[in-house]
Amino acid sequence: MPRDNSPTLRSRVLWAAVILVAVSAGLYALFLAVDYRWNWSGVWKYRAQFGIGWLTTLAVSLAAMVVSVGFGFLLMLGARSRLEPVRLLSSGMIEIVRGSPLLVQLLIGYYIIAEALQVREQVVVGVVLLGCFHAAYLAEIFRGAVESIGASQLEAARAVGFDRSQAYRYVVIPQALRRALPGTTGQLVSLLKDSSLLSVIGIEELVQKVKVMNAASYAPLEGYLPLAVAYLIITLPLAQLARKLEGRFAYET
Amino acid sequence: MKLEATALTKRYGAHAALDGTEFSTGNEARVIALLGPSGGGKSTLLRVLGCLLVPEEGSVSLDGRTLPHDEDGALAERRGNGFVFQGYNLFPHLTALQNITLPLREVHGMSATQAEQRALELLHRLGLEGHEHKRPSQLSGGQQQRAAIARALAPKPKLLLLDEPTSALDPVMTGEVLDVIRELAEAGQSIILATHEISFARQVADWVVFLAAGKVQESSTASAFFTQPETDLAQQYLVGLSKYR
Repeated sequence: MPRDNSPTLRSRVLWAAVILVAVSAGLYALFLAVDYRWNWSGVWKYRAQFGIGWLTTLAVSLAAMVVSVGFGFLLMLGARSRLEPVRLLSSGMIEIVRGSPLLVQLLIGYYIIAEALQVREQVVVGVVLLGCFHAAYLAEIFRGAVESIGASQLEAARAVGFDRSQAYRYVVIPQALRRALPGTTGQLVSLLKDSSLLSVIGIEELVQKVKVMNAASYAPLEGYLPLAVAYLIITLPLAQLARKLEGRFAYET
Repeated sequence: MKLEATALTKRYGAHAALDGTEFSTGNEARVIALLGPSGGGKSTLLRVLGCLLVPEEGSVSLDGRTLPHDEDGALAERRGNGFVFQGYNLFPHLTALQNITLPLREVHGMSATQAEQRALELLHRLGLEGHEHKRPSQLSGGQQQRAAIARALAPKPKLLLLDEPTSALDPVMTGEVLDVIRELAEAGQSIILATHEISFARQVADWVVFLAAGKVQESSTASAFFTQPETDLAQQYLVGLSKYR
């Protein structure tokens, strides 16, 4: 159960306002110190492109999240399989994908593997590659959660007559789900931010659009502030949703 | 029932929890108490008898029928048994009621309404009226164990296996749970019970299997065991346990 540190809503709102003002003032002072000249009119012209980039990022990331959760779950099952070759293949994939840069995987995946398979849709390739990369991390998060469900619960499941798949379905997975939730949310936020790398295989997502926009309008930084805000518009509700789900699954063990 | 075990061996790594265990009971044993010092193999033997564990060597026969060693056979056997352990029996993400109805529906093929009816009947019989929709963490230790007993009884098991069901409870809760077990025994339920509650075993059991160091030292009627234990080990055990009670 999350601890309740805020006695009233009013004090919470008050403190949030104080912190916001203080941080803003600090940032303002920093920009003042380097004498930065803002040029907002330059980037405003590209707002439509910015919107398209944001939607691309959103769509690609959501699709990749679905791929990563599904494939991550399968990888976790594979890594826990009783069949030696399945186990070796799964844990080998997890280690190699986690241990090498996403950039390399994107380049090899797009220019070699997708090319050989004659898949030319960049977005499809991007979604699959990004999803697979984060699936490897999620598999480890899921494995940790599943293995944290004690042997006594598995024994209790066997004792009431569940077979192996019923024990997983009704006892292990529901309990592991809650324990995996915080780690999974963090991973999905990382996935969203990693989607910026998809520009290397030609997907015009948000960061790429902003780079173009900044270059065209001779404004080195202006595009990046709305960029950060655009990411936060997705990540903050995601974190909020996760907290809500955690609350719903809350029970003491 | 009549239980017969021959040359049972079950190892955990290098440690043999059961080390060539052999015993047989009388033909009419109905409430069998497994007694003996901790680490002597009681829990392991109970799990082997209930088909939760398969021994590496040896076999068990129940009323002349040899218990299966393959996973499917053992699963079918388990589905005819009811188990209660020391603690952490219940599924913490489900309410007391759901803990009982889920196996009834998914394992025993009951409809949702049938299962709920059966679960409520048992919860009320075991004194858990008003606690049906609580999760295990909201129940006391004694209530948790009674709910666990209700879950074990729900599919009407031929055999109820209890592994030290009161050793994690305080004396008051222990009393509550032992009352329930005594009522079941008096109502004719076949029970195998591993316990340290010696005076309870004396009242309720009709057969005693005494284990130490992975071997059965004695297997005799309860009255014979408690009045005239044959081995020194059993004598010392009884004296040690009755010192302060």
